[in-house]
Amino acid sequence: MGSHMAGLSEEAEKGGVNRALNRKKLGFLINPIAGMGGRVGLKGTDGREVLEKAIALGAQPWARERALEALKPLLRLKDEIELVTYPSPMGENVALNIGFSPKVIQADLREATTEKDTKRAAKAMLDEKVDLLLFAGGDGTARDICSAVGTSLVSLGIPAGVKIHSGVFASHPVRAGELAALFLQRSIQRTMEAEVMDVDEEELRREIVSARLYGYLKIPHVERFLQRTKTGSTGNEKYNQEAIAAEVVADMSDEFYYLVGPGTTTSAIMQKLGLDHSLLGVDLVWRNNLLGKDLNEEQILEKIIGKPTKLILTPIGGQGFLLGRGNQQISPEVINQIGKGNIIVVATKQKIHSLNSRPLLVDTGEDSLDKNLAGYYRITTGYREAIIYKVNSL
Amino acid sequence: MKKQEKKVYPYIPNSVPEIKEQMLKEIGVQRIEDLYADIPENLRYKNKLNLPPPLSSEYALKRHMDAIFTKNKTCEEYISFLGGGCYNHQVPAICDEINQRSEFLTAYAGEPYEDHGRFQSLFEYESLMGELLDMDVVNVPTYDWSQAASTAIRMAERITGRKEILVSNIISPDRLMVIKNYCHPVVNVRMVKHCPETGKLDLDDFKSKLSKNTAGIYFENPSYLGFIEVQGQTIADMAHENGALSIVGVDPTSLGILTPPSQYGADIVCGDIQGLGIHMFFGGGLGGFIATHDDEKFVMEYPSRLFGITTTTVEGEYGFGDVAYERTSFAEREEGKEFVGTHSALCGVTAGVYLALMGPEGMQELGTSILQKSQYALKQISAIKGVKAPMFDSSHFKEFVVDFNKTGHKIKDINKALLEKGIFGGMDLSSEFPEFGYCALYCVTEVHTKKDIDHLRDSLTEILGEGGQE
Amino acid sequence: MSGRKTMENNSTFKLREKFHQAKWDEPIIFELHTPGEKGVLVPEVEQEIQEAVGDGISAIPENMRRKSNPALPEVSQMRVLKHFLRLSQHTLGADFNIDIGQGTCTMKYSPKINETFVRSPKAAAIHPCQDQDTVQGALEIIYKLDSFLQEISGMDKFTFQPGGGAAAILVMVSIIQKYQELRGEGQERDEIITTIFSHPSDAAVAAVKGYKVITLYPDDLGLPDIEALKKAVSEKTAGLLITNPEDTGIFNSKIQEFTKIVHDAGGLCGYDQANANGLLGITRAKEADFDMCFFNLHKSFSSPHGCGGPATGALGVCESLIDYMPIPLVDFDGNKYSLNHNLSHSIGKVRGFYGVFPAVLRAYAWVMSMGAEGLKEVAEVAVLNNNYVMKKIQELKGAAISYPKTQGRIEQVRYTWEKLTEDTGVSTEDITNRMVDFGFHLWSSHHPWVVPQPFTIEPTESYSKAELDEYLAGLEKTVREAYEDPDKVKNAPYQSVSHKIDHHPLDDPEKWAVTWRAYLKKQKKGE
Repeated sequence: MGSHMAGLSEEAEKGGVNRALNRKKLGFLINPIAGMGGRVGLKGTDGREVLEKAIALGAQPWARERALEALKPLLRLKDEIELVTYPSPMGENVALNIGFSPKVIQADLREATTEKDTKRAAKAMLDEKVDLLLFAGGDGTARDICSAVGTSLVSLGIPAGVKIHSGVFASHPVRAGELAALFLQRSIQRTMEAEVMDVDEEELRREIVSARLYGYLKIPHVERFLQRTKTGSTGNEKYNQEAIAAEVVADMSDEFYYLVGPGTTTSAIMQKLGLDHSLLGVDLVWRNNLLGKDLNEEQILEKIIGKPTKLILTPIGGQGFLLGRGNQQISPEVINQIGKGNIIVVATKQKIHSLNSRPLLVDTGEDSLDKNLAGYYRITTGYREAIIYKVNSL
Repeated sequence: MKKQEKKVYPYIPNSVPEIKEQMLKEIGVQRIEDLYADIPENLRYKNKLNLPPPLSSEYALKRHMDAIFTKNKTCEEYISFLGGGCYNHQVPAICDEINQRSEFLTAYAGEPYEDHGRFQSLFEYESLMGELLDMDVVNVPTYDWSQAASTAIRMAERITGRKEILVSNIISPDRLMVIKNYCHPVVNVRMVKHCPETGKLDLDDFKSKLSKNTAGIYFENPSYLGFIEVQGQTIADMAHENGALSIVGVDPTSLGILTPPSQYGADIVCGDIQGLGIHMFFGGGLGGFIATHDDEKFVMEYPSRLFGITTTTVEGEYGFGDVAYERTSFAEREEGKEFVGTHSALCGVTAGVYLALMGPEGMQELGTSILQKSQYALKQISAIKGVKAPMFDSSHFKEFVVDFNKTGHKIKDINKALLEKGIFGGMDLSSEFPEFGYCALYCVTEVHTKKDIDHLRDSLTEILGEGGQE
Repeated sequence: MSGRKTMENNSTFKLREKFHQAKWDEPIIFELHTPGEKGVLVPEVEQEIQEAVGDGISAIPENMRRKSNPALPEVSQMRVLKHFLRLSQHTLGADFNIDIGQGTCTMKYSPKINETFVRSPKAAAIHPCQDQDTVQGALEIIYKLDSFLQEISGMDKFTFQPGGGAAAILVMVSIIQKYQELRGEGQERDEIITTIFSHPSDAAVAAVKGYKVITLYPDDLGLPDIEALKKAVSEKTAGLLITNPEDTGIFNSKIQEFTKIVHDAGGLCGYDQANANGLLGITRAKEADFDMCFFNLHKSFSSPHGCGGPATGALGVCESLIDYMPIPLVDFDGNKYSLNHNLSHSIGKVRGFYGVFPAVLRAYAWVMSMGAEGLKEVAEVAVLNNNYVMKKIQELKGAAISYPKTQGRIEQVRYTWEKLTEDTGVSTEDITNRMVDFGFHLWSSHHPWVVPQPFTIEPTESYSKAELDEYLAGLEKTVREAYEDPDKVKNAPYQSVSHKIDHHPLDDPEKWAVTWRAYLKKQKKGE
């Protein structure tokens, strides 16, 4: 732009370069066996026997291909970031293959890797202080990473597993790479906590779906890169959760017990009340006192029988289950005790839009109850904001 | 294909019957009617709209419009002393040249990639206003001053978390109506008295009304009635000590010579840019501005668009975009944001051109010229027997109240008589401020000549002299 | 569909593959500062005046005198002219564009003859407080456009005070509020119902007025779910604000049931007719039992958008709500036009004076030039063009209409690139950026993106078939590139005045700069 740039400092002119010189660290992990079961009709590859069966059935390493796709958009940052990875199939091979010069953390790996390797690798990434951990795998992998590092690292999943119920994966491997690039370039700075869900594969093979909420990972938050979650100018999920909490708390009455289901959105309500609470469990509140934390079905029933109780629920997982996934302690008997009219549903708009117009679901295990619970609900989505949304039985 | 006897409209290219046929064929339907299949019969409007027969040619339309226009008398044909929120100023030709450009006139919602120029000109508008106001953040214009004041008040409410706004009772009653409607029922609007002699804010009354619920004080300077409020800093200090904000409405044409509100403690400044190169358009040329310091707490509460400057992938290239696009309320979660949409962007482009043309000296000369000419007018008018001007014992800018009570003449009658002399007399305040009696708000700007003012003086003298007491 | 020059059905078009936007590498106006230069002179103050009153400023108390001149640039006239002319050339107005990519905004042609009326001193140099005898022409135009819109909507009175669609919504909500308050139910009725595909301002304005906002979502046909509405209404319902067709372009055939459900619950119904262009002379607010509606004169009635206003949201109400309207209204006694300030329940005002007169003037002239048949032709051709474009877009790989179970569309369509994004990783935003390279504007959609990877096309009546084909050829080429060379699309635009901007500083309080002075300060601080 020449002479009229007098107002610009030299540093500003080099701003982009400077930022890059401050080399960011990208952790890169592959669960090499992820996704193998799906191709051969198994429900996943959790456990050695299943894996062997999968290989015997001719399963090919799929995660590698997906991970490769994800690295492509990061190649342009090759000289600006340091890629830290695990040996051979857990990242090194793919990284070298596509042209990175990765730093490889030393580890002894057996030919067939296990969940222990994933966990160990995730911990090593934490020690390396990577800015972002990009991992290829499925729900099981996310679960392992969650148990190893929780929310102390920012991570992001490359979808490569059979089961993708968790909200920690980008919609597509390429988008995972793009999102990682934006995060490393600080174009995205915001993070959000996303659910780690997993279904017990053993039960799934027996056609029993029992997805559980295992925890949360911290992921980069640019809505347009996550699955169908673009929401607009108030798109800060944490802000929305606080707004929801304000609305729910404003409506609370001394007459009722409040049974608060799991999830970050319901957690915000407990935080607003200033109460200790369990993120993944069910808590009971009365007149701003915590009557019980992380209760099981029996404990819930014991405490609420004969008391007017309201149940605060938020949909869990990518499929939008209100009941039956991740909150099985809220059993049919509990629900019958409370009554349909006393169910308060809360959800962020991000969550609702991620459903792409599909209804919310209930699966309590009792068909007649599910049918009775189905219908239209008023869902609190913010302070003085609600939507009317459909809930279906399975 | 058989040529149908069907009118072809120049503004509707595909009104050509053959083209319609082709398109219907492509779509796979017989008639356009089929495309309306989702509209139930009972909702269909079966009649032909009862509208005048069309004036299809430009010439016929122009004849028609010209005929209507002859019924308007303009401020070019008459000497106008009307103000009160819409002002007769010099409009430099370049302002119209730019805002008539098809590029700007017909642009709307392009991204910075198509509309780099729209973004840059509005950024420049913000920047030029920022200099005039001595503030670092200025919005892309909102509808008008009334909306700007209303939004400034709601911003204060969100920033402070308080639900009452104090407003000086010397304010345009129309503007007050807009504010009250916009605040109801969330923010309570409470009026603060003025000193009857000077018009200035009654500090005792203000003090008594300041409370822990007070989000801020809103006053205008120069006021709606033209006098200058000199207690700006004291008012701001009192508000601040109480945890409230000072919100000041200001006429930007005064800022070449008058102290900008930011220099006497204002936290939010608002006003209208119509006077900056935009025609009056029967009151349709308004555009509102809001300005604050560059404080995140304030910036995040703007509902308006804020265009900012940034870099691009090419070194040394300026890029533009929305600052803090995902704005969420910092204060109480309970408060909803406001809205943004089509407001008054082209007024912003025009005002930017105006300020670029005027420069610092131009704005100073403008202010000085208005001061001198209005002071001259005051001198001439107040010399007329029975006429008091200004009504308030304060210094004035551009406007002042002329008190005709002692003449016994109603403003309505005076103005009818002035009209005969080719003059639009000052605005009748009898319905807005009935307690004033026979008073009018006169406006004198740089466009008035000595001859104009002398003609007003002579006409008034004549009218007041010949009409007796009622 | 692509190629340098193609003949298709006798109409000729050419995709502008060698398009490049003007690029003047234009500095910021402050960088043109040359001390001493002047752009325009202020009318002189006569010597006699100066002698009579002195310097003027001495009459001002010391603390109110500005101590130093504002640091505006000093630039001579022709340089200012050139600067802004160049910036204008960096702007893609509808007059340069086949502006069908900004769905919901009805970017139609604004006839130039109407600009000559606006520029007449008879419109520009009149003051709103003039003696009403001296502005009979202006009042007549307002009154007559009001009567035209009454005919078009079936409502009984219009005001042009609102300065845009959102302001018209503000009037609707204010009227609902006042109406419920006067019924003694203002406190209890604290909920406004709207739909997710109505304009975002419907919800935002209701919130400003202290309402709780209840939003309905679409059913799988893409219509707002009527069962959800039944669940939503109660003794708390103050009113309904709804668009029809919504931003999907689907006409809600159950609309009369909607208004009935809300009326039965004690609420009022406001019709957001921002998307009215396909319905002029076809169906009206009155027949669907709405209490109020508004048209955007800057959309359906041809007033240009002016970079985003000034504009007009013309608001009409049924007979029983006239008393609630903002003051003043324009009346006619058969002889003289006058301003009526006497409305017993008026909500007050939402804008100074009577609204954006230039927009009213243009709309009046436009209706006068079109007539009843012309307006119907506008609607029909807008719908024809839309359905033609929809047919062609559905043939594009990776593109689809939203809610495909419903085939009918009125004047616009919300589409989705979901498939294309899944196939290629190219997003709707990438595609909008690539379309710039062919001289087009394409917009994604209002948030929230209920439809994934959305875009919304509204062809209006203003563009010829050849132009529609040209635009489609641009889309087709972009889609082909997305599949063959996705990076080419992702790195676009190439032919624009600006390259990819860095959004990061715009969101960082330490770096953002809304004014040049803030920019310079932050640059200095960063050194």
